[in-house]
Amino acid sequence: MLTIPQELVDKIVAHARADHPDEACGVIAGRDGVPERFIPMANAERSPTFYRFDSMEQFHVWREMDERDEEPVVIYHSHTATEAYPSRTDVTYASEPNAHYVLVSTRDEDQVEFRSYRILDGEITEEEVRFVP
Amino acid sequence: MAIEVRIPTILRNYTDGAKAVDAEGATLDELISNLESRHPGLKERLVEQGNLRRFVNVYVNDEDVRFLGGLGTPVSDGDTVTVLPAVAGG
Repeated sequence: MLTIPQELVDKIVAHARADHPDEACGVIAGRDGVPERFIPMANAERSPTFYRFDSMEQFHVWREMDERDEEPVVIYHSHTATEAYPSRTDVTYASEPNAHYVLVSTRDEDQVEFRSYRILDGEITEEEVRFVP
Repeated sequence: MAIEVRIPTILRNYTDGAKAVDAEGATLDELISNLESRHPGLKERLVEQGNLRRFVNVYVNDEDVRFLGGLGTPVSDGDTVTVLPAVAGG
């Protein structure tokens, strides 16, 4: 289960809306599995169907997390024309075994789809999301 | 002195859980071969058909080796090599 403050959810959704129709991506850093620090990342692909963190930005952010004793608790990205469910490429490249992979869909202007998954060894497990104040 | 290689979470099963290991070599290619002798299986996760895997980022100190010389990038004692799987998807 992912427990996440509503404020962070709002930030993720706002980022996804702002970058639509391209995919948006980023990280929520934290400790002990608790998401705390919102870090929007550039989508180096600037694409409506693909995302990839910029390698230098990722290097600096990962080093900063290391120094602060944090980990990427949430890795989020948006789908802009399809449902908030991991694609085949999402599964292929999933590389953080401890992260909650959050998917947001911006295909509907009025409705938000916000879902979370574990992706381990090629297997997708959807999990419950608990929104807290 | 040796070269410190920082290992991402997903590859720590090759290093008995260690976050960083030491290795030697004059180029990244040699360093990875040396790593393989100490931690069998690691090379295949980094290199494919003689090139770095597309979705693995390797940095020497603060630089992405793609902008240096790829596997031919020179390394020397005191350098830090960082491996990070690219965060990507569709």
